[in-house]
Amino acid sequence: MLKIRNYIKVKSVAEAYELNQKKTACVLGGMVWLKMGNRNVSTAIDLSGLGLDTISETEEEFVIGCMTSLRDLEVNPALDAFSHGAVRESLRHIVGVQFRNCATVGGSIYGRYGFSDVLTMFLAMDTWVELYQGGIIPLAEFASMKKDRDILVNIIVKKTPVFCSYISQRNSETDFPVLTCAASLIGEDAVTVIGARPGRAMIVEDTRGIMKGFKKMTKKQREAAIRSFAEYAAQKVPVGGNMRASAEYRKLLVKVLTRRAWEAVGGMKNEY
Amino acid sequence: MNISFWLNGVCVSGEAEPDTLLLDFLRQKGCYSVKRGCETANCGLCTVLMDGKPVLSCSVLAVRAEGHKIITLEGMQKEAEEFGSFLADEGAEQCGFCNPGFIMNVFAMLKEIPDPTEEEIREYLSGNLCRCSGFVGQTRSILKFLQYKKAQKEGEE
Amino acid sequence: MKYVNQPVRKSDAMSLVTGKPVYTDDLVPKDCLIVKILRSPYANAWIEDIRTGTAAQVSGIACVFTYKDVPQKRFTLAGQTYPEMSPYDRLILDRHVRFVGDAVAIVAGETEAAVDKALKRIKVKYRVEEPVLDIHTAMDHKTLVHPEGNWESKVPVGADNKRNLCASYTEESGNVEELLAQCKYTVDQVYHTKANQQAMMETFRSYCYMDHFGRLNVVSSTQIPFHVRRILGTALDIPSSKIRVIKPRIGGGFGAKQTAVSDVYPAFVTWKTGRPCKLVYSRYESQICSSPRHEMEIRVRAGADENGIVRVLDVYSLSNTGAYGEHGPTTVSLSGHKSIALYRHLEAYRFAYDVVYTNMQAAGAYRGYGATQGIFAVESAVNELAAQMHMDPVKIRELNMPLEGGPLPGYPDSPYATSCAMDQCMVRAKEMMDWDAKYPCRDMGNGKVRGVGVAMAMQGSSIAGVDVGGADLKLNEDGSYTLGLGCTDMGTGCDTIMAQIAAECLETSMENIVVFGVDTDISPYDSGSYASATTYTTGVAVMHACEALREKICALGAAMLDAEKAQVDFDGEYVYSSDKKVSLREIAVKGTCGNTQELQVTRSHSSQISPPPYMVGMAEVEIDKETGSVKVLDYVAVADCGTPINPNLARVQTEGGIAQGIGMALYEDVQYSEKGAVRNNSFMQYKIPSRMDIGSIRVDFRSSYEETGPFGAKSIGELVIDTPSPAIANAIYNAVGVRARELPITPEKIAMGILEQEERE
Repeated sequence: MLKIRNYIKVKSVAEAYELNQKKTACVLGGMVWLKMGNRNVSTAIDLSGLGLDTISETEEEFVIGCMTSLRDLEVNPALDAFSHGAVRESLRHIVGVQFRNCATVGGSIYGRYGFSDVLTMFLAMDTWVELYQGGIIPLAEFASMKKDRDILVNIIVKKTPVFCSYISQRNSETDFPVLTCAASLIGEDAVTVIGARPGRAMIVEDTRGIMKGFKKMTKKQREAAIRSFAEYAAQKVPVGGNMRASAEYRKLLVKVLTRRAWEAVGGMKNEY
Repeated sequence: MNISFWLNGVCVSGEAEPDTLLLDFLRQKGCYSVKRGCETANCGLCTVLMDGKPVLSCSVLAVRAEGHKIITLEGMQKEAEEFGSFLADEGAEQCGFCNPGFIMNVFAMLKEIPDPTEEEIREYLSGNLCRCSGFVGQTRSILKFLQYKKAQKEGEE
Repeated sequence: MKYVNQPVRKSDAMSLVTGKPVYTDDLVPKDCLIVKILRSPYANAWIEDIRTGTAAQVSGIACVFTYKDVPQKRFTLAGQTYPEMSPYDRLILDRHVRFVGDAVAIVAGETEAAVDKALKRIKVKYRVEEPVLDIHTAMDHKTLVHPEGNWESKVPVGADNKRNLCASYTEESGNVEELLAQCKYTVDQVYHTKANQQAMMETFRSYCYMDHFGRLNVVSSTQIPFHVRRILGTALDIPSSKIRVIKPRIGGGFGAKQTAVSDVYPAFVTWKTGRPCKLVYSRYESQICSSPRHEMEIRVRAGADENGIVRVLDVYSLSNTGAYGEHGPTTVSLSGHKSIALYRHLEAYRFAYDVVYTNMQAAGAYRGYGATQGIFAVESAVNELAAQMHMDPVKIRELNMPLEGGPLPGYPDSPYATSCAMDQCMVRAKEMMDWDAKYPCRDMGNGKVRGVGVAMAMQGSSIAGVDVGGADLKLNEDGSYTLGLGCTDMGTGCDTIMAQIAAECLETSMENIVVFGVDTDISPYDSGSYASATTYTTGVAVMHACEALREKICALGAAMLDAEKAQVDFDGEYVYSSDKKVSLREIAVKGTCGNTQELQVTRSHSSQISPPPYMVGMAEVEIDKETGSVKVLDYVAVADCGTPINPNLARVQTEGGIAQGIGMALYEDVQYSEKGAVRNNSFMQYKIPSRMDIGSIRVDFRSSYEETGPFGAKSIGELVIDTPSPAIANAIYNAVGVRARELPITPEKIAMGILEQEERE
């Protein structure tokens, strides 16, 4: 059971940072994950009074406050249009509406959970995180960093044009994913993200350049590239087994989902 | 910690530990309709409205309710009777234990989506588990309730 | 009829839908102690040393109990009629802990925080031994789950604790081997069904207090109040007369609460301390130390002739009862008795079983009670036979299904099918599913294939010659009736169903009947609600009580009219004698003044047979050939439960059972770690179907008339979970050719099956 000794609703991020330097302190997100653990928290730091629960949009970027609920993210029309529905698709299987009204995007990203649909999705856009001390760094970098005592303030999605498709495989509709996959053209770059391997989501590095120039490929070239890249991803992405599925099945899924996600992106050609 | 918030339209205050969950606080305040079906935010039985949005009261610290508006089924008795009678006419209330959380989320859904399709109903309410009914009777009751509301509205016009 | 066979709203519906405080934890006394249990981290260990000194010193702690403090007489928690078939293999707390989650100590205190703190302070030294975690090696394993000398099996069921055997049995009729050798088509396969959690929304819970007579009062969320009374008497080693059990509204049972899973702990605390207390199981506890479905591995050998007549069945069930034997010997017997009997032409059959102890969570009763497991195996085997002979699986059933008046091979509880509309169920199901157009499959052209599958099922209605239903009926001063019941409404609506029957028999309105239940001090004896017994058994008791009370009303009315009893009529409102009449109200008032004829009767009923309800289930699934994803698009269920007393409630029972069955078929699976800990220990890790997982479920009824039931009724509650697993497995086979013999049939199993097939080709 979660035990909390002190609760402080902070007046500033600086105060939160200060309090969070103690190892036993903890920043509260939506509490859905936190409360399941057996933690003893000396000071629970609540950011909910700082107005960090909104999504603001400028010409260049979306700035998503860390306390924005997953549900607000899901029903945000601008993000939905920008991601071609992928953001909504990545969220709608997560337990239920009430759960997503509680869970925060900051909590999901900060936790860097292996099963995270959210991390998979955001890695497939030009996403940056704003840390109080660490400044603004790419999400991919943040995802591979060790957890420290910094405060995640905002998630920034640059409006580099994105053509994106998100697919997850689940044993039942609201279960954790067996595998997640996002395929995305970010500007000219073809980015593939695989998550719930069951390890943390990762960008599949295209060392052979199979997908290079995808945007300009003919239909036939695309089909060939997609097939070959799906095979490549299945060989390359490290997968494991857990109670939901074996490594062998996940390997198969990497191939199928990668191919399908890219086929969907390929199908958006008229919009490029 | 002393906290105060609006509970079913009335300002209440009381002592809560920093780790008291809203669910337990609400039951202490006599809102017994709020049920716990799991400890992992998966069943939806503890659903209440916080500033009009459905949340899992098992995952909200009581102290975080400070200054907010919380509505439980105790605060929506008339509406509960109205919709509940449709549920009862299908026999789909069954054991009744999941009913309060389910009905609260039905109200939240209808506020967001006044005329939902069956698919939208399934998706919006997917976080409300029920082991008795197999869900289809619940869906029937919602669809019939919507029809009734529509007819009522048309009658007024 | 005015009330019977009518979709009457449940009498308690409006208090349920408005969230009224009617459940156990809504009713607890304010000053109640909180009880929690320290649980074993090991699957098989002995407590070498246990220290509770500092735990007891935590402020607010009322008591800490260990194995040293409890009575040493063994008992079973199974809710069964005495003498129970389940072995007496438990103590409230034992030095020997037999599964991860077994009880080690009981702590009660004034606040949850104090109890949590005390739990952490209990120091236990365990001697850890090798656990038995595989059903195949459990029998005659060198580790004995129950080596103790005072282990006892009260009924000869072939149990032997020195062999890890909870039950063992063989029966045979005809020459199985000879017939198998003669049959043109034979199947010999092993089918494996897993442990599943009932996952009712309200977990196990009860609270206890002492009354002014020094008696222990237990308010419990239970299906078996009278059995709980006896079990607690045995466990606490006190006379049962000292115990009163009350059942409030309960949040679902599905058989889970046919075992007194948690009552002994708070009962012991209150008995010892004199203080009121409550124990509410967490979902975690409900997942790791409760009473899930028995895992079974079932070998079926089946033989059919060239015309599709199934001539022989040989069923061997290996059942896993876990660490304790609750319902072990009985569930397994249904795996054969309710599956073999589906094939009326059998010339020979054999049914044998072994039930083994393992160091896993003890199993218990779960809707279907072994029939579900057996029917999955036998129906799957018959589908394999049909495939061999290139016969439509509907056709093979049409040729072999039970018919009214026909035999039920190997079903000892009803010599023949007294009432049966299985044939009409099949006709209707075919029509609803549009089977002939859809069988076997349709390629949707987008990598997806749709297939249809079929299965039949039967269950019983009560335990023949054992279950007792009771009804106590009295006429009140105001002309209303009070119907006292001992059966346990767990949301199923039996309180309402009994009132419907009474209102029909007494020619009065539902509103004029007050239903009361259950309080073991006041209610008539009733076995409780399980074994699909309530409507069928207690329903008849209610009818008999009504008839008897009508007699008494007539007698008193006749006396008031100065007429002979034989000359009067009663129409529910008045007693008439030629030109004179006296109202029920007047008779009721007379009953309270100078009256010597009690206007109250109690009736018990028990049936010598257990007439099966029947059902046909058909599933349409869509399969993604690459990922193996499977969606149940449509499920058609046509049931013969005799006369449905309340068609709405019968329908919702069916829909709910189908949904549970879909979970069982596709993903529910209680898995264990290598060390024997349950991995699916929450609703996050044990996913039951959500409404997004359920396609359409369409239900219809084709009713036979069962003479021994109330108004022709049989049972419905359990039957409805039996067809989804075999029908869905059959639909998957018909869609993609993958034969799933182990549940649950996950996308992985389907995808890998398809790959294997491709490699073979």
